[in-house]
Amino acid sequence: MLSQRTIETVVGCFLLIAIAAFIILAFKVSGLTSFFKADGYSITADFDDIGQLKIRAPVKMGGVSIGEVSQIILDPKTYRAEVTLRINAVDANIPDDSSASILTAGLLGDNYIAITPMYSQTYLKQGSQITETHSAMILEKLIGQFLFKIGNMGNEQSNQSNQSNEEAKPQ
Amino acid sequence: MIDAVTNLGRYFIEVLRQYGKAGILLFRVILTAPNFRKGFPLLIQQIYAEGVLSFIIIVMSGLFIGMVVALQGYHTLVKFGASAELGPLVALSVVRELGPVVTAILFAGRAGSALTAEIGLMKATEQLSSMEMMAVDPLKRIISPRLWAGFISMPLLTLIFDTVAIYGAYLVGVKWLGLDAGAFWSNMQSSVDFNADILNGIYKSIVFGLVVAWIALHQGYDAEPTSAGIALATTRTVVYSSLAVLGLDFVLTAMMIGGW
Repeated sequence: MLSQRTIETVVGCFLLIAIAAFIILAFKVSGLTSFFKADGYSITADFDDIGQLKIRAPVKMGGVSIGEVSQIILDPKTYRAEVTLRINAVDANIPDDSSASILTAGLLGDNYIAITPMYSQTYLKQGSQITETHSAMILEKLIGQFLFKIGNMGNEQSNQSNQSNEEAKPQ
Repeated sequence: MIDAVTNLGRYFIEVLRQYGKAGILLFRVILTAPNFRKGFPLLIQQIYAEGVLSFIIIVMSGLFIGMVVALQGYHTLVKFGASAELGPLVALSVVRELGPVVTAILFAGRAGSALTAEIGLMKATEQLSSMEMMAVDPLKRIISPRLWAGFISMPLLTLIFDTVAIYGAYLVGVKWLGLDAGAFWSNMQSSVDFNADILNGIYKSIVFGLVVAWIALHQGYDAEPTSAGIALATTRTVVYSSLAVLGLDFVLTAMMIGGW
């Protein structure tokens, strides 16, 4: 039988190893940074349709990830989706006339928000709103429009050929 | 005919009595006021017996499970050209499911069976009744530290298992199969969430630790005080706690899945 002191020492080592494992899981595996890094700021943007956008989707400017979506709520008056963006990179100054659009990474990828910077010299601050927004492209709607266009094109062509036939006859 | 019905009824009442006894045991352990000065050294000894002595088997199985999941996952993912997603695959399956469940089943085999055998033998050699004769409550002295030790050790072992398994996958994926280390870790970080994945895995392991220790202690405390009875009780501990862990895992996952 080991002495009580030895047992306590071994249990202490066990606890330390478990705590080290927890820290590795938290920071290396899940990339938890929000406990310490409180710097950064939040801005909002209203969209007509956010498509498949989810919380924690990345916010990118020029393809570089500068933050993430932290909250999505429906505005009860305007029926638009109010998306809160958490910008982590402090040195990412966003001009206040920039536009936000919801894009899709690849053909089947997840949605993300792309911010296109403009030329204003004043920058967005904590709580400001991006007014210029472009909604998500919904694939079903696009296909619907495309089919509608194709249908119309066929009609126009047949109309034109009828007209040209009619024009041709009198001569 | 009537005899068969009577036997069925007797069996059912016996089953209910077992559940009742187990419930009373758990409530008496949880509701008795702990005596920290006397209880703490006992608790440390039991954490040593249940947690530290299970450390090696947990580390070894964690390493090999992480390695084999990485190997299997890589050969499937590479067909879709998605081998960079190996990190998220391994991390999510280990942290959410394999970590808590495999640790709990190993814990039931390594520590739970030992608990049952120990307490069953204490009962068979009448150590428990002699404690009562000396006005020492065996629940406080024997059962309670073992239950709390299981409750504390299981999440710690699960954390170690998760970490070792992910590093095992790193070993196979990055060092052997030649994936990019940066993509491995950054894809993992972007898809593993601290609250939804890691904390939920820890909650699962806490529940499993309590359940395994509870089943083991009840089987030992209730064992028939003969060598055959102890053998039967030890077998039952492993079978019941493995089944309880797998069943509870489904229930807990179904409750947690809203966050994913």
